[in-house]
Amino acid sequence: MASLVELCIVACSEAFRGNGEVVATGVGPVPRLAAGLAKRTHSPELLMTDGEAYLVENPVPLGPRPYDGRTAAGHLPFSRFFDSAVWTGRRHAMVTPTQIDRFGQINLSYLGGSHAQPKTQMLGVRGFPGNTIYHPNSFFFPAHSPRTFVPGEVDMVSGVGYNPAKRIAGGNFSGVDLRRIVTNLCVMDFGGPDHAIQVISLHPGVDFAAVVAATGFDLIDAVGGETPMPDDAQLAIIAELDPHNIRATIFRDNPPARAAA
Amino acid sequence: MTAPTRPDKRMDARAIVANLRDGMTIGIGGWGPRRKPMALVREILRSPLKDLTIVAYGGADVGMLCAAGKVKKLIFAFVSLDAIPLEPWFRKARESGAIDVLELDEGMLQWGLKAAAFGLPFLPTRVGLGTDLAALGGLKTVTSPYDDSEVLIAMPALKLDVALLHVNESDWRGNVQLFGADFYYDEWFAKAADQCFVSCEELVERIEDGVSGIGAAHANIIERCFISGVAHIPGGAHPSSMPPLHGPDMRAFKAYADAAKDTGDWSAVADQFVGTDEAAYLQSVGGKEAVMNVPLAVY
Repeated sequence: MASLVELCIVACSEAFRGNGEVVATGVGPVPRLAAGLAKRTHSPELLMTDGEAYLVENPVPLGPRPYDGRTAAGHLPFSRFFDSAVWTGRRHAMVTPTQIDRFGQINLSYLGGSHAQPKTQMLGVRGFPGNTIYHPNSFFFPAHSPRTFVPGEVDMVSGVGYNPAKRIAGGNFSGVDLRRIVTNLCVMDFGGPDHAIQVISLHPGVDFAAVVAATGFDLIDAVGGETPMPDDAQLAIIAELDPHNIRATIFRDNPPARAAA
Repeated sequence: MTAPTRPDKRMDARAIVANLRDGMTIGIGGWGPRRKPMALVREILRSPLKDLTIVAYGGADVGMLCAAGKVKKLIFAFVSLDAIPLEPWFRKARESGAIDVLELDEGMLQWGLKAAAFGLPFLPTRVGLGTDLAALGGLKTVTSPYDDSEVLIAMPALKLDVALLHVNESDWRGNVQLFGADFYYDEWFAKAADQCFVSCEELVERIEDGVSGIGAAHANIIERCFISGVAHIPGGAHPSSMPPLHGPDMRAFKAYADAAKDTGDWSAVADQFVGTDEAAYLQSVGGKEAVMNVPLAVY
């Protein structure tokens, strides 16, 4: 029986299908396993790093592994990352911001208070402003709630969304391309009118009302069915890419893919 | 006619820090908890310097300088210790409103260093449009003078008074070599600065005589005309990583992070993380051998 996290990994991997020769970056265990699964199955043309500075043709497994066993097919250090991957649009990143709003604006910088004195300081905007204006982005949220899917707007807009009020006249926003949101409840995309967020599949045992209750803004019901279950081949590759079973720690008690009624 | 440049750039950490002044803008190389010039940062922490503007891809360098009250303004895109994602002393400084900030995207930060390196007032970029960065940072836009008329952010030059780096090897003339997998933006910190001081693991007589042969010249990512001084400080990146010699000392980072919660008073713990001098610091963490034995990280 597949677990919920494995179902999410497969759902996330679909974001990378048919992207062409771009760098697939998954930040965090689920997005990273998803990118690796995509490369090992439907999209071998993806480029990928070892998480540090080298391009690899075999996705590296999660967790401890021998430093001396590393191989490299290429070199993509931070010192070349903007030149080669981000500012050329040759990348698709899947990340987990702290907040997202109805426009797809994301926040990783701070919560509450003011920018001069935040109530809770987080990482800082990192590369989100550049990522979101130059290349496709998708998101994984392990805890779908109104604290993450916020009413109104995020506390600090760290990544560009589809908010018309933020579109400076004369600016080129043609690279803004938000693709897929996977959560513990469902899969969403930005396919509604004016890129509105819509639910496209519900995880087994989840109903649309539960997603609405966990979201701080209105959602469009475009549910086309249940999120597909992982198959045995996918589960075997996920297990290979995660030999220490780090995925079992993502959700409390590591629940099965089908939610209890 | 200009005076001949002093060919021997050897200095010690104290002499390097003696070149710094209150209110200076100082860029620090490395990335998060990776290859930071921590011995030079500790020397700043032992000095009375204050009111600094720090520019960095930040890790414990930024956290310590903030905790010690050395920072007037921080120019940053993130501050993180990787496995400890949120830098606790940086958070305390931010949440108490103690420091001014210019928050930037990671790419904008290196773009600002490049503008400074080339003596330009700014470089144009799309990055930042559609976010809160421009309004918060007072960043202005510029309109393309060509037919496209595109409106872009004018990323201002991040001119540095001084850059500080930690490198694998140098000779006394300032020919440096870096052997890790990633150079980060050290080259641009060096070129954006009026003076760049480096600490090094190995100080050699003539770098061209090294056993690695001519191929090692590829590791010379910054020409020596950008290097003002060289200090020989083995283990000088600790607790950050120094590939391929050693990894990040996560045990040391954990003790440092825990101290932010309990007691949270930097003056009470500074001695543990800074030491009275570098020899005392190195001894307190088990000596050079212990530092070199910290396993390299896989990500």
